[in-house]
Parts: sequence; structure tokens; C-alpha cells
Amino acid sequence: MLRDQDRIFQNLYNDLGPDLTSSQKRGDWVNTKEITDKGRDWIINEIKDSQLRGRGGAGFPTGLKWSFAPKEVGSRPHYLVINGDESEPGTCKDRDILRFEPHKLIEGCLIASYAIQAHVCYIYIRGEYFVDGQKLQVAIDEAYEKKLLGKNAAGTGWDLDIYIHYGAGAYICGEETALLESIEGKKGQPRLKPPFPALIGLYGCPTIINNVETIAVVPTILRRGGKWFASLGREKNTGTKIFCISGNVNNPCNVEEEMNIPLKELIEVHAGGVIGGWDNLQAVIPGGSSMPLIPKDKCETLTMDFDSLMAEKSGLGTAGVVVINKDQDIIKCMARIARFYKHESCGQCTPCREGSGWMWRMLERMAKGEASKDEIDMLGDVTKQIEGHTICAFGEGSSWPVQGLLRHFKDEIKKRNKFDPIVKENKNIPYLVDQHLLDKNA
Amino acid sequence: MSLRRPAKNQPENFEFNPSSLEAAKSIVAKYPEGKQQSAVMALLYIAQKQNDNWIPLAAMKYIAKFLNMPYIKVYEVATFYSMYNLSPVGKYFVQVCTTTPCMIRGANKLVEACKEKISEDESVLSNDKSCSWMEVECLGACVNAPMMQINDDYYEDLDKEKTLKILDKILNGEKPTPGSYRGRINNEPENNRKTLMDLKNA
Ligand SMILES: Cc1cc2nc3c(=O)[nH]c(=O)nc-3n(C[C@H](O)[C@H](O)[C@H](O)COP(=O)(O)O)c2cc1C
Ligand code: SF4
Ligand code: FES
Repeated sequence: MLRDQDRIFQNLYNDLGPDLTSSQKRGDWVNTKEITDKGRDWIINEIKDSQLRGRGGAGFPTGLKWSFAPKEVGSRPHYLVINGDESEPGTCKDRDILRFEPHKLIEGCLIASYAIQAHVCYIYIRGEYFVDGQKLQVAIDEAYEKKLLGKNAAGTGWDLDIYIHYGAGAYICGEETALLESIEGKKGQPRLKPPFPALIGLYGCPTIINNVETIAVVPTILRRGGKWFASLGREKNTGTKIFCISGNVNNPCNVEEEMNIPLKELIEVHAGGVIGGWDNLQAVIPGGSSMPLIPKDKCETLTMDFDSLMAEKSGLGTAGVVVINKDQDIIKCMARIARFYKHESCGQCTPCREGSGWMWRMLERMAKGEASKDEIDMLGDVTKQIEGHTICAFGEGSSWPVQGLLRHFKDEIKKRNKFDPIVKENKNIPYLVDQHLLDKNA
Repeated sequence: MSLRRPAKNQPENFEFNPSSLEAAKSIVAKYPEGKQQSAVMALLYIAQKQNDNWIPLAAMKYIAKFLNMPYIKVYEVATFYSMYNLSPVGKYFVQVCTTTPCMIRGANKLVEACKEKISEDESVLSNDKSCSWMEVECLGACVNAPMMQINDDYYEDLDKEKTLKILDKILNGEKPTPGSYRGRINNEPENNRKTLMDLKNA
């Protein structure tokens, strides 16, 4: 188990209070100037050395992303945008940072803004988190009052303003370009890439977008050194991560643990075990609803990081671990996830808009045993027609979980769905046009 | 995508009251000059708060003028995002999360409670017109499942009985206390904490 002193989010459970004084006791805002004085290149290199990968789902190397920001500020200002949309089912980690560790995020925003030369930072928070957003606002106000934000923020010589922008209930606004559209006051429909936001982003200006957790760990990495962070976990999958363990466990919880921790340890030690015991485990969704599920036998030895989950044809995603035990109907569980995607598609691309509805309706029928055998392959086809044929990665996010179900639970679906739509016997159905064909065979 | 339609009965006029107006102005100031359209989402939210939890078409027209943008652009935004209510939902608006992590921990029991106490069908006002309920997608509190949101607040770690009690309260016009209804502290594993123990016991 990770040692307590290596946990970045000491106040994850709010034992200490989220206010500025308590945060400073935990080490936030201590000599921020010393960090920025070392310069942009040092900061970006240190983040590269730490091998920090984005915590928003895609796992893109953060230092590399920052280095894409133009070196010189031209006629267009640079922006930093923080993604706090957190709408991936199974995920509720950023919320705890917003309400309990707001100063880690705010200090991270200052350092990152300095590194990419932004004077304005927008924090996009899903509208449902209004109460938590207000807590962040209190922390931002505190920071302004103590001159940690605004002109010459924290004595660094850098000017920074932070504003919160609330979403209004659209999962797709978590996709970075949809998020930018949303800040611009439009429907949250993703943009085609390229151009990438690092060059043409918010209001057409260079913009770096990072997840809340990604930015909140930055100050600690820079204080303790990229080497320290890289010493946790394993190569390219370093550091600590907040895991959200939900579903059929005895003690659902959020916990910060070392990257590459065995899944079984997360479930058994931290979440109090599977309801009904480990043998009652059916499957686990390891990284939020977009990541394909993993059946029990593989859960035994699975370790939780980007690359080992990729090797299992799944992914770490947001590290939202949804545990499903044998009391649940697995097809129904996935049908409900398909309904989520059907509800949340932004509607721009036909394969996604129509396909998400298809997948949902087919799965609903399969859960009831009303589908024909052929439809099982057809469902697989539909997922292939969506995947890779859409503007944004929502297409993959909606089709992968279905592919995961087909990969691991095809037999279960087959067992339940034996309905054959072709009439093979003479049933004397008056409206059946090709009755004569049957008659011939009879 | 989901289908969203404005209510049939619409008020003729809408205008921000003085406090909404002040809030609106401070929001516009957050965005660069000439980018005031960015404020449209927050202004719709303010309008919704002022107007008993829903946004009439007149408010969209008012906001369009306020931000100097075409009405259709405001309409597009209002109909795209699911948190904007386009018809009356009552003073207490109950949203029950039924996405998979909540579903497998018994979200349907919460729906049953809403059906019993508020109205048989979702998005239909209760007899006294004070509240309505609706199924929604993941609210981002999955480790506190099953859960629901009433107006701005989260009610977590629920079961049917607890939900019935909460609904009784709002039907009486009282505001129930938000948070976990099993009394656990935030998102720590209940009675099973293995981390940051010094801080817990401090
Ligand atoms: C459909 C979809 C939804 C997403 N939702 C979120 C989200 O809620 N929060 C988030 O941080 N990233 C989300 N992302 C990932 C972002 O597009 C982006 O990669 C991320 O914010 C970058 O930050 P990072 O590099 O710090 O991870 C989503 C992506 C897609 C395709
Ligand atoms: S893939 Fe889906 S969500 Fe993404 S842009 Fe296309 S329609 Fe919208
Ligand atoms: S699934 Fe209900 S809060 Fe996430």
C-alpha cells in the first residue's frame, strides 16, 4: 500500500479543512515563487521527467502537451482551460478536489499558466456540481484576497485571473473541443481536429486543456521532484491516482493509491470486498463506462495502469472502477450504459447519433431475450461502423463497452436469445406472403 | 440525443430583477471584450433560478437582446443542455440518477419512491404543483450510489425508506439536509478506512 506521506491529496476526506490556512499547513502555496523562478523550461522538463499522464481519460503525457503551446505569445493570448466536467459514469474524483483540495488546483493553475504563458484560466465545472463549484469559488476569492491570484500572483511576477464556467448537463462537454465551444456560449458539439487546441483553441487562441486532477498534482510533483513521482508505479505509468470504486462492493469509496496497484487489492482492501464475496464477482469496468469490462478470471491478477489495461483491450480511462457482482444481469447493465450514450450523443455524426440508439435498443431486447441469434453479430457490426467514423472519441466510448460485452459474455447473450425470426413451419399465417414456399417444403 | 420541447403555456414577458441583473453583469465581465456570448449559459441559469426553475421563451429573447446575439443561438443552447428546464418543474425538482453504478445499487427503489410520493410519471407536477421528478444520467457521485439531486443539492447513500422521508419533507415545504444518509464522512470507505489514519484520529 502507498505510504501516507506519498499521498498528494492529504485532505481527500476533508479531515483538515479546505481553507487557505489549512492548505498552507499541508504545503500548498509555500514558496510558489521558487518554482516559477526556475523557469518555464525547467517546469516543463520536470513534468516530462515525472512521466505524468493526463488524468482526464486519454492519458496523454502532460509535459509534452504543454510543450505544444507556442514559445512566443503572438497577437493572440494563450489560455489555460481546466476540465472539470466529470460526467463519465463511475467517476467522482474531481469533485473531491474541487471541494476539499481547491488550493492544490488553484496553485497548479498558476504554475501551469506560467509555463504555457496564459494570463487567463477558465475552470469548466459540470453544472450539477454547482455547490462544489461555489466551494472552489470561495477558495479562489481567498486566493485573490491574499494576492495569490491577480496581478503578480503569489509574488511570481505573473498575472493570472481564474474564472469558473459552469456547464449545464451535457456529458459531451467533457470532450475538450466541445468544452471550448461551450465556453464560447454555443452548443457543446466537438470540433474536427486538426487544428488542435494548443494552436487554435478558445476564441481561436492557443489553449491548453487539462483535467482537474492532472493540474492539482503538479505543485506537489514540482516540490518533491519529477523523480519522486516517477519512482511510484512503473515506467510510463507513474505516480499516484485517485480511484473511485463503486458498484457492488461493501464500502464504495474514493482512494488515492499508487499507479499499477492490483485491482484485487483496491477492491478487497479499500472497498471492503465484493458484496457476496470475491467468488460472487462477475465483471469489473476498470476506467469509467467507456472502457470495456473485464471478466472475473482476469480480475484476479490485473494491475491498474494505462498500459496493463490496454493489454487487456480495456483502459484506465478515468480510473472509475465499477464492480458488478453475479446478482446483476450483465446485459442489462450494459444496456443501461448504452442508454446513457444514446442520451448524450451530440448528434453531429450520423453513425454516432443513430448507432448509439441502435445499440441501446438491441441490448434492451437482448436483455429480455427478444433478439435473434443473427442480431448478436449485427450488434458487433454496428459498433464497428461507429468506431473510427466519427468526429470525436465519443464514438469509441460508446461502442467499446458493447464490444467488451460481446467479447466476454457472448455465450450469455446467445443462451438467452434463441429467437428465430424466420418462419420455418407451416403455420397458416394468413398475411404471410411467402406461405407457398413453406407449403412446398411441408 | 434527447428530445426537448418548450412548454405550451408561455408568459408574455420576462425581465431580470435587480439582483439577477447585477449577477448577469458580473458574469459578462469574466469574458474578453466582444465575447459576451460566452455568458449565455450562466444567464440562462440565472433566468431559470429567478423564474421558479424553468426558462420561458421570453427569457431567451431577453437574454439574446442582453448579449446582443441572435435569438436562435440562445434557443439552440437552451435546448441542447439538459439542465435547462423548458417547462415548469415545480419549486423542488428531484433528479434521480439511474445510470449503471446507481442502478446496480438500487436506484429503481428511489424511482418507486418518487412515483409514490410525487407523481406516477416523470416530469409531471405533483398534485400541489410544488415538485416533479425525473430520471437523469450519472451525476458524478457514483461511490455514494444510489443518489439523487434536489435543486442544487446532492442526497447520497439512499434507499427507498430514506428517499420517502426526504420527499415527505419537501412536500411539506421543508429543505432536507443534503449529503450522505448513512452518516459516512464524504467519500471515505465507511468503517473501513486504511489510509491517512493519523489525520482521521488527529
Ligand atoms: C466523450 C468524451 C468525454 C470526456 N469527458 C471528460 C471529462 O469529463 N473530464 C476530463 O477531464 N476529460 C474528459 N475527456 C477527455 C478530454 O477530451 C481531454 O482529453 C482531457 O480533458 C485532457 O486532459 P488531461 O490531458 O489532463 O487528461 C473526454 C473525452 C471524450 C471523448
Ligand atoms: S462522435 Fe457523437 S458525440 Fe462526438 S461529435 Fe460525433 S455525434 Fe457528437
Ligand atoms: S451513476 Fe449515479 S452518480 Fe454516477
